[in-house]
Amino acid sequence: MIRTLHRWPGLLALALFLVLSVSGAVLSVFPAIEHLSAPQAESGLSVADLASRIQATHPGVEQIKRAPSGRITAFWFDQDQPGAAVIDPATGQDVASADPDPVARWLTTLHRSLFLDDSGRIAMAAGAAAMLMMTLSGTALVARRAGGWRRWFAPMHGPLSGRVHVEIARFAVTGLLLSSATALWMTASTFDLLPDGGATLAIPSEVSGETGAPLARMTALAETPVAALRELSFPYAGDATDVFTLTTDRGTGYIDQGTGAVLAWADLTGWERVSETIYMLHTGQGAATLGLVLGLMALGVPAMGVTGLLIWWTGRRARPRLRNNAAPGRAETILLVGSEGGSTWGFAATLHAALTKAGQRVHAAPMSGFAPDSYTRAERIIVLAATYGDGDAPASAKGFLDRLAARERAPDAALAVLGFGDRSFPSYCAFAQAVSEAARARGWSELLPMDTIDRQSPQDFARWGRSLGQVLGFELVLAHQPVVPATTTLTLVSRRDHGAEVQAPTAILRFALPRATLWQRLLGSGFARFSAGDLIGILPEGSPLPRLYSLASAHHDGFVEIVVRKHPGGLCSGQLVTLEPGATVTAFLRRNPGFHAARGRTPLILIGAGTGIGPLAGFVRGNARGRPIQLFFGIRDKASDFLYETELTDWLAEGRLTQLVTATSRTERPHYVQDALRAEARQVAQAIAQGARIMVCGGREMAAGVTAALAEILAPIGLTPAILKAEGRYVEDVY
Amino acid sequence: MKSLLAALAFTTALTAPGLALARPVTLTTTLTNYGGGGAYLALYVTDAKGTYKGSLWMAGKKTKYYKHMIDWHRATGGNAAEVNGITGASVGAGRTLEITLDLADALFDAGYTLHIDAAVEDMRESPSEITVPLTTSGAGKAVRGRRYISTFQYGL
Repeated sequence: MIRTLHRWPGLLALALFLVLSVSGAVLSVFPAIEHLSAPQAESGLSVADLASRIQATHPGVEQIKRAPSGRITAFWFDQDQPGAAVIDPATGQDVASADPDPVARWLTTLHRSLFLDDSGRIAMAAGAAAMLMMTLSGTALVARRAGGWRRWFAPMHGPLSGRVHVEIARFAVTGLLLSSATALWMTASTFDLLPDGGATLAIPSEVSGETGAPLARMTALAETPVAALRELSFPYAGDATDVFTLTTDRGTGYIDQGTGAVLAWADLTGWERVSETIYMLHTGQGAATLGLVLGLMALGVPAMGVTGLLIWWTGRRARPRLRNNAAPGRAETILLVGSEGGSTWGFAATLHAALTKAGQRVHAAPMSGFAPDSYTRAERIIVLAATYGDGDAPASAKGFLDRLAARERAPDAALAVLGFGDRSFPSYCAFAQAVSEAARARGWSELLPMDTIDRQSPQDFARWGRSLGQVLGFELVLAHQPVVPATTTLTLVSRRDHGAEVQAPTAILRFALPRATLWQRLLGSGFARFSAGDLIGILPEGSPLPRLYSLASAHHDGFVEIVVRKHPGGLCSGQLVTLEPGATVTAFLRRNPGFHAARGRTPLILIGAGTGIGPLAGFVRGNARGRPIQLFFGIRDKASDFLYETELTDWLAEGRLTQLVTATSRTERPHYVQDALRAEARQVAQAIAQGARIMVCGGREMAAGVTAALAEILAPIGLTPAILKAEGRYVEDVY
Repeated sequence: MKSLLAALAFTTALTAPGLALARPVTLTTTLTNYGGGGAYLALYVTDAKGTYKGSLWMAGKKTKYYKHMIDWHRATGGNAAEVNGITGASVGAGRTLEITLDLADALFDAGYTLHIDAAVEDMRESPSEITVPLTTSGAGKAVRGRRYISTFQYGL
């Protein structure tokens, strides 16, 4: 619901937002310029003195105005010619033209009415209302995604466009809230919808009839400091019945031109004060610094517009059309989908198509539409569930758990739960886990144990499909390709082989850096820019399914390097480990920003085993500035699969690597990487307490072992792996 | 541009003489290129003693800005009902406002004066920028304004 409120006004009003924010940001600079360029009155200068100085220069002065910036403008009528100028209050002399800046005027008209007068004002007010709705709904979404209000500034994970969108939003939201709310107030005021018009002060009927009192002798003018002045209008020359009109920040009054007495006075009403404050907050006139801050925040809008559009578009593209979706009452298999951005629907569609092809009748629906009573012929229910934020239900799964809890008994059809998530999140697949646990608690029979898919991995999904096929009694091939990326041909330049002696043939493969097109270089897309820890997808011959490998090099290393171990029967790894220099593979790049070493001096603790050394070696290679890096490396046998042995020795000598700890498993007393961590427990705990970041790469079992070891190591200093993960200080790349 | 058949236009004060005789009068106001936004213009009539008798036209629809038509505002107490039904859009710099009204014959050659107050956002107000006696002989003769109004004339 909140997402709908965020998406549709956003898409519809995007063009308005761009005009409003860019023009608003530029306009925010003008009050600051005016404040800096206007000669300011010395403190304590009275309106009477100022008016006298100006009258000395311009005897025909009719009106003196003071802008909130402190700029004083005088208007006069000399020899039948009107004149106006910005005045230096110290001398009463002209210093600049009083004509309004045509650029500021043009931008103001664009900003508030698109040059369309009242209809334009209404359109822009609708834009401001939409913006207000966006900030409120967006705030709720950020809080939900971060896992609560208190975690408002917690680090974000996930795809780049989503992170950029949220990062900007977290900082810009206050400004946008203020700007849009004040805009609506100002529009209401312009259309007379607010009682902020102020009291009308009747012209006094009784005046002295005399003229020519000296300005300095008028008490009201002598007692009003220039800082409080808004406007002083002089009586018409030769009209003895006319009066001085003085407007200050307190109110408006009339002054007798013969006696200097205040004939009438009206204070500003409360509504007027509120409206004036709101005007100041919105325009920055009188609050130039605040104006600049708001302008800067407004500049976040175009960036959020573009990233928001990208998020929507990717989600939309990922959501496929389902062919032959059976009615709930006719289907043997029910697919329930809990998706936030739409990518889980893509997997559901692949599963739907594969089951349908196998002769099944399949009904797919969002989890929020869970209606077991209508599944009269269902033999099994398969739940595909993503997780939102800190373990919340994703958009299309709202209410599922409540509906399940409200039932007297679980459905008869057996249940399989498949979670979708990203291991770099602390609450990986937490919602799927919650569904699975709730089902177990209700005694719902289990078709398959719960399984998970990390970062939309096609391999994980294919593997799960095989398990499902075994239970169903037929072969189930799930070839899911989330988004078909543009591929590049990579040529192998060298290979180094290890591990044959320990039955783990492993190769370090180095490919030539492909020539990037100008367009890729400009956008930094494809292989034009990448970091160690990014992924490459390789399409093996004979399968449309890409296999993902972690990169052991960055683009400035000048080559593309990966570490591959041959899996028994593995199609892609089998082809790769037999690849000879000069041969080519088809590949594409997939960013993995959650697993970058990032710049800075933060010490790193790198933990990896086997081929997991790849990205870690890449981080060390890129550490030219010598930040402290400690590497824990698990191998089988020092003589056989000590990958990067020579380089690591060199890097230690060059200061790129501070400490190397190896753990060898094929020995009399097997030693694993988590054992090595425990052996160094004190030192590791100390480094983490001082801010070190942990990066883990390797197989799942190793990663689980490392988490367990770290939990023990961290307990004495009051930390847990979950806390570190939430802070982005404990990241994993696990396969 | 603006055409209005306007016995309607007559506020009570103007119709008070009550003579059925009226004739169409075209009021033409041309603005200078003063370099600002649209100008608000108030056209109204005072009698020989300078007493406000009624409004003919208000260019500009936002009543909250009417206080900047200073003389008109003083004369009417800012009562927007004075221009009820006889308002139009504000007039851009360099543009011409032309309105045709049925004015009572009794208004001419009887000491009545037509005033125009002008105001522009962020610029100085210009009350009674035009003050021209309503006479049959003065018809068709252009009067110069001083700040925002280049020329004004009324044609019988």
